[in-house]
Amino acid sequence: MLFTWFWLIAVMITGYVVFDGFDLGAGVLHLLLARTDQERRTVLRTIGPVWDGNEVWLLAGGGTLYFAFPLLYASGFSGFYLPLMIVLWLLILRGIGIELRTHLNSPVWTGFFDGCFAISSLLLTVFYGAALGNVIRGVPLQTDGYFFLPLWTNWRTGPQPGVLDWYTVIAGLVALIALTLHGALYVALKTRGEINLRAGRLAARLWPALLVITAVSLWATLSIRPEVLNNYKAFAVLFIIPVAVAASLAAIFIFQRKGSEKAAFLSSCAYLVFMLVGAAAAVYPNLLVSTTDPALNITVYNAASGRHSLSVGLIWWGFGMALAIGYFVFVYRMFRGKVSEGNIY
Amino acid sequence: MPIPTNSRAEPLIHRLHFAFTVTFHYLFPQLTMGLAPLIVVFKTMALRTGNDAFNQSARFWAKIFGINFIMGVVTGIPMEFQFGTNWSHFARVTGGVIGQPLVMEGVFSFFLESAFLGLFLYGEQRLSPKAHWWSAFMVFAGSWLSGFFIIVTDAWMQHPVAYQRFGDGSFQVSSFWGLLLNPWALLQYAHNMSGAVITGAFVMSAVGAYYLLEGIFVEQGRNFLRVGVIAGVIFCIIQIFPTGDLHGRYMARHQPVTTAAMEGLFRSEAGAPIVLIGQPDEEHQKIDNPLVVNKVLSFLIYGTTTAEVKGLNQYAKRDWPTNIPLLYYSYHIMAGLGTMFVAVMVIAAFLLWRKKLFASRWMLWILLLCLPFPYIANTAGWMTAEIGRQPWLVYGLMRTTEGYSKYVHAGNGLFTLLGFMGLYALLAILFLFLVHREISHGPGDAPADVRSGQPVTAA
Repeated sequence: MLFTWFWLIAVMITGYVVFDGFDLGAGVLHLLLARTDQERRTVLRTIGPVWDGNEVWLLAGGGTLYFAFPLLYASGFSGFYLPLMIVLWLLILRGIGIELRTHLNSPVWTGFFDGCFAISSLLLTVFYGAALGNVIRGVPLQTDGYFFLPLWTNWRTGPQPGVLDWYTVIAGLVALIALTLHGALYVALKTRGEINLRAGRLAARLWPALLVITAVSLWATLSIRPEVLNNYKAFAVLFIIPVAVAASLAAIFIFQRKGSEKAAFLSSCAYLVFMLVGAAAAVYPNLLVSTTDPALNITVYNAASGRHSLSVGLIWWGFGMALAIGYFVFVYRMFRGKVSEGNIY
Repeated sequence: MPIPTNSRAEPLIHRLHFAFTVTFHYLFPQLTMGLAPLIVVFKTMALRTGNDAFNQSARFWAKIFGINFIMGVVTGIPMEFQFGTNWSHFARVTGGVIGQPLVMEGVFSFFLESAFLGLFLYGEQRLSPKAHWWSAFMVFAGSWLSGFFIIVTDAWMQHPVAYQRFGDGSFQVSSFWGLLLNPWALLQYAHNMSGAVITGAFVMSAVGAYYLLEGIFVEQGRNFLRVGVIAGVIFCIIQIFPTGDLHGRYMARHQPVTTAAMEGLFRSEAGAPIVLIGQPDEEHQKIDNPLVVNKVLSFLIYGTTTAEVKGLNQYAKRDWPTNIPLLYYSYHIMAGLGTMFVAVMVIAAFLLWRKKLFASRWMLWILLLCLPFPYIANTAGWMTAEIGRQPWLVYGLMRTTEGYSKYVHAGNGLFTLLGFMGLYALLAILFLFLVHREISHGPGDAPADVRSGQPVTAA
């Protein structure tokens, strides 16, 4: 039961990263890829009808966490108070950035919202990566299960780290590069002409950076937290995950070269999925580790809701998510193919 | 107001944090939930009569809906996070119960809304008229379902049912349906949704009245007035009877101390009067300058003029709502405005029936000037519910001072509260500017196309 809910939450977070990831990436890129107002509209059009639904994965995932592991939700959200509040502000700016831009046809208006959208998308990817980095590195949990992290302390990973240190900054960069590449592949898939070419070129340039940063992050993780290998050593079959990460990285490169846009984008989805699954497999059954004393770790055992809540939850949750997946299939089918260029109103 | 720097400031800051963000947030969903059924009415009339003017009305209100929707989305996301960030101990012990309706809102209504809103706003050219009607209906269903789950959450805090308490102090659901069908939730839902339709109806009538008074978009203005006034008169009455009446009586039974504070009843009385106007003086425990109607309160609660209503003196002071004057005023503003709405809408409906409304400029002026009041009434109603719940987070079980995040000190709380205030001021300006633009631009545009891939709401 606990195992199931752990993986359901991992699925929700992965769903969020894979879906909202490409519209975040497109947001990071759209000022680079698109030079004219016309082109910017085209880039935004590739994500316009789907970004809001993609973001629902975050809300539904956060809610699921609250429901299934209230202690983790309570401890994590209050402990990461400052970065989460910044994330909320960025989500607000990003939402109005994309939605309000097209209401007025004036360079100042559209310029302002383009800036909001690009900057908030960029910072969000970094914060999300850093958040995952914090979970892997651990936080100074107190005996009552709570903690509070300042934004930064001395930039070192130690018993009293900040939200940002050298390790979490690397994790932030992984997310920034991975999601930007993910976004570039998506924009290439959904557009024609000049933008399609630029997106493809950018993706080709980002790929080596992703390769390097992935390797660096792996080394960094193993050096600050060798325990992440414990589960892998116990179940050697898990080593298939890092192999799959490497294979999907290679697939991105090959398909991108060959011009198979769809396959390249799907490989990038696979890369994100395997990275997150690999991280989840490494931390289980811990949810949040303590930097001071392993006895204080928040685990699926001490954080979970009651059995009755969780078993009844499986029924309605499964039903609701089946419906949600149905809507997603429906919306993406309606929106399949490349978006049209030009000024359609 | 000077903010004290000692630790007692913390619960206050966290309360203000939630109060400010949720109050601002609810300015938007009340209109989206209120407009959604009225848009379905326009779509139905278009389908029935084949008159495209109704489709134009639907399209116009869909744009207002869209701007409201995005404001509701961006200000709504912080709400779900704040349970954990600012009220972590509350979240920790109640997650097993109210985590459930909060996830259900996400999986059952947000996914639905986000999928069908795009279709509704851009699908008109591609979908058949019937299918487009369905997309409007699904948006309506999604927004009302979302409201239901939030009310279930609040209702459990007001009137906890269907739970078990574990040894570690945490609450767990003991009955799935018991939680969803909490009687308090059903009553509060009926009252709240009717309140949302009142906002929708008044806004629609006000825009219609504005068009007629200005002499622009006259045909559409008349449509808006017809639908707005008819919906208005129905829901203004439902708001008081039966929903308000039943909710009030249920509350008097289960939160009697709150009822006493709302009514300003300091001492128990048989044949208790109702105070229409007057200022509560908490120190001397009396109402200044009261205007009262004898025996009405006993009658409203118990159905007889002689029943005894318990006053605040029957309860320990530590169980009194923490801000009695504010609670009293919130309740009186809500009830007073609700009564005024009935009068306004009944007269407007009468004029509409006599075919005199469109020429009665005085009535159009009244409808126009009423625009802010349903917002005030809805806000005051929620303040009544939430200030009335104090000093409890979970009524009778968990005090407000037990629930906030102890590790988030007042300085951090104030920092982010100020941040939200600044950001929301910007949102308010943008919102007013864009809505004003749409109203000046008026109805009459051709439908947008889904394939253009515009953002969800930027029709």
